[in-house]
Amino acid sequence: MGVKIEVKNLVKIFSSQPQKALQLLDKGFSKEHIFAETGLTVGVNNVSFTVNEGEIFVVMGLSGSGKSTILRCLNRLIEPSSGSVVIDGVDITELKPQELRHVRQKNLAMVFQQFALLPHRTVLQNTIYGLEVQGVSKAEREKRALERLAMVGLVGYEQSYPDELSGGMKQRVGLARALTNDPDILLMDEAFSALDPMIREEMQDELLNIQQKMNKTIVFITHDLNEALKIGDRIAFIRDGSLVQVGTPEEILSDPADDYVAKFTRGVDRTKTLTLRDVMKRPHPLVQLRDGPHVALRVMKEHGLSSVFVVDRSKHLQGLITADLALEARKAGIISLQEIKLLDVPVHNESVLVQDILPIIAESKVPVAVIDNEQRLIGIIIRGSVLAALADTGGDPKDVSTTIGQLG
Amino acid sequence: MYRLPLGNWVNHGVDWLLDHFGSAFDAFTKSVTSVTDSLRVGLGLLPWFVIILIFAFLAWRAKGWRLALGSTIGLYIIYNLELWAPFLDTLILVLIASFVSLVIGIPLGILAARGDRFHRVLSPILDFMQTMPSFVYLIPALMFFSLGTVSAVFATVIFSMPPVIRLTDLGIRQVPEDLVEVGEAFGSSPSQMLFKIQLPLALPTIMAGINQTMMLSLSMVVISAMIGAQGLGAGVLAGIAQMDIGKGFEYGLAVVILAMILDRLSQGVVRNSRAAIKKS
Repeated sequence: MGVKIEVKNLVKIFSSQPQKALQLLDKGFSKEHIFAETGLTVGVNNVSFTVNEGEIFVVMGLSGSGKSTILRCLNRLIEPSSGSVVIDGVDITELKPQELRHVRQKNLAMVFQQFALLPHRTVLQNTIYGLEVQGVSKAEREKRALERLAMVGLVGYEQSYPDELSGGMKQRVGLARALTNDPDILLMDEAFSALDPMIREEMQDELLNIQQKMNKTIVFITHDLNEALKIGDRIAFIRDGSLVQVGTPEEILSDPADDYVAKFTRGVDRTKTLTLRDVMKRPHPLVQLRDGPHVALRVMKEHGLSSVFVVDRSKHLQGLITADLALEARKAGIISLQEIKLLDVPVHNESVLVQDILPIIAESKVPVAVIDNEQRLIGIIIRGSVLAALADTGGDPKDVSTTIGQLG
Repeated sequence: MYRLPLGNWVNHGVDWLLDHFGSAFDAFTKSVTSVTDSLRVGLGLLPWFVIILIFAFLAWRAKGWRLALGSTIGLYIIYNLELWAPFLDTLILVLIASFVSLVIGIPLGILAARGDRFHRVLSPILDFMQTMPSFVYLIPALMFFSLGTVSAVFATVIFSMPPVIRLTDLGIRQVPEDLVEVGEAFGSSPSQMLFKIQLPLALPTIMAGINQTMMLSLSMVVISAMIGAQGLGAGVLAGIAQMDIGKGFEYGLAVVILAMILDRLSQGVVRNSRAAIKKS
């Protein structure tokens, strides 16, 4: 497994005349000092790292920490002020515009936070954009785009326009568009941050799936520790434009380099006080008991889910229906969910402590249902949301890694 | 106190241009006049009801049967008032002036959107064109292009071109940053960026600029009649000169009808292009 991307002493100063600030930076002055003296902002401060071939490299930090700037320096959407970005042995900061375009067309593709689909083009036309720019023939580019659209589960939506799609589906198009170029490197800028938590989980799984098949080198930006831990082979922490720590999830959790990283990873103490109400997600979508398997399947398809909760008119939980169950029922000609034996799910009251049912959450293959005192379904618990809640709060990082071990 | 001889400079400049390029201006005027004359003859050959049908069809495509019906009635009123020939003259003037404005204005707008320096240089010139009282350049227009259609087109273009430049500029600058980044990130060349991303997304705004340009050029119709433009404007002027208020009103009404039809037509096109660019 060779080195794919090597970033050396990358600096970005937001100015057309950064020389003075660069000199000060060289002499070892701090970001604050430079701002006080020159009025210039150091966006990226002397960052070096390497990304190996075929790994998912997560760059993690709070908003404004400079992580998106670092990503954009990799394909020079933002021009680095100094330093080098070597991809496959070529320093892309040295490339002429024509050569840079070629590298962007062939080697690097990008997925955007707000999807950035072209609203005047259909899903298919969006997906072929990269190949169209390269001048690939119409038949060839459509064939390749259709393959990728199938890969991300968007068969049948080729002629839809972006405004007809849900957020999750839009980002599937964004992913298909990037993959259609068949790049070695995917740059993903908070690609899933704008999605609902459940869709986000689905997309993370989808990405891991695709990665298993295609083995790209992926640089993934996020501010969500949960996401970073789930998909990252290695994680780089960025604070105020500087690199704080690089390591595997395990290394990060067990040995945080400083308080900043520790703050992210800390968080078990509050399990003693966290209730299900604190960590549950809004149950959406739901289907009604009077609906049939067709409706259930459509809802699942629309939201990209493999199962969905069933409630009666007063929102009392009836059970869970999976896509398989619904398909069977449809085949058998059943028209109402009332006639189907639904799956049981673990049900707990909203005031139960997370700590008390951690094992259940960890072992349950289906989401845990949360009900209020009137027995109405008010939320669901998915493993990721518990982890996120834990990570957000104070505590000993060691305990977090144990917890994650439990949650598996 | 020393007084800037600004007026003198302008006079000398105009004289110099006339002395050195007078024959070139004449040749230009002749060739443009022959184009407009043949257009006029061509449109004149079409029976009046065919032209009304063409308008009705365009109106129906742009907005629906209501506008088609309205423009048919409006144009029939013009025909009935026996204003058909001056109506055609005015229509030709407006179409030529708008066409010239767009052919020059849209590329200028694109350049202004791409270069901040050009944008800064252009802005005050556009202010000048829009606010300088038109009589000031009617006279030099007369001197360069003599009495007739070409002078009228020149004056009309000066007055009506700024909106399409400004709105093309604005439309391109308003294309969302992340969509421009998509173009960059996938390795688009500057012209691919322009034609595949920026122009399609700026289209509704550009169409709004075209609408404004057409309306402004119509509003120059009466003024350009003073420098010899044929058409409805000349009729209005004659009505005023003869103190024939009824006549002035008839010609004026025809201008209003034409303005409303062109406005609704181009607004319909704006709306259609907006609908085509689905908001994401």
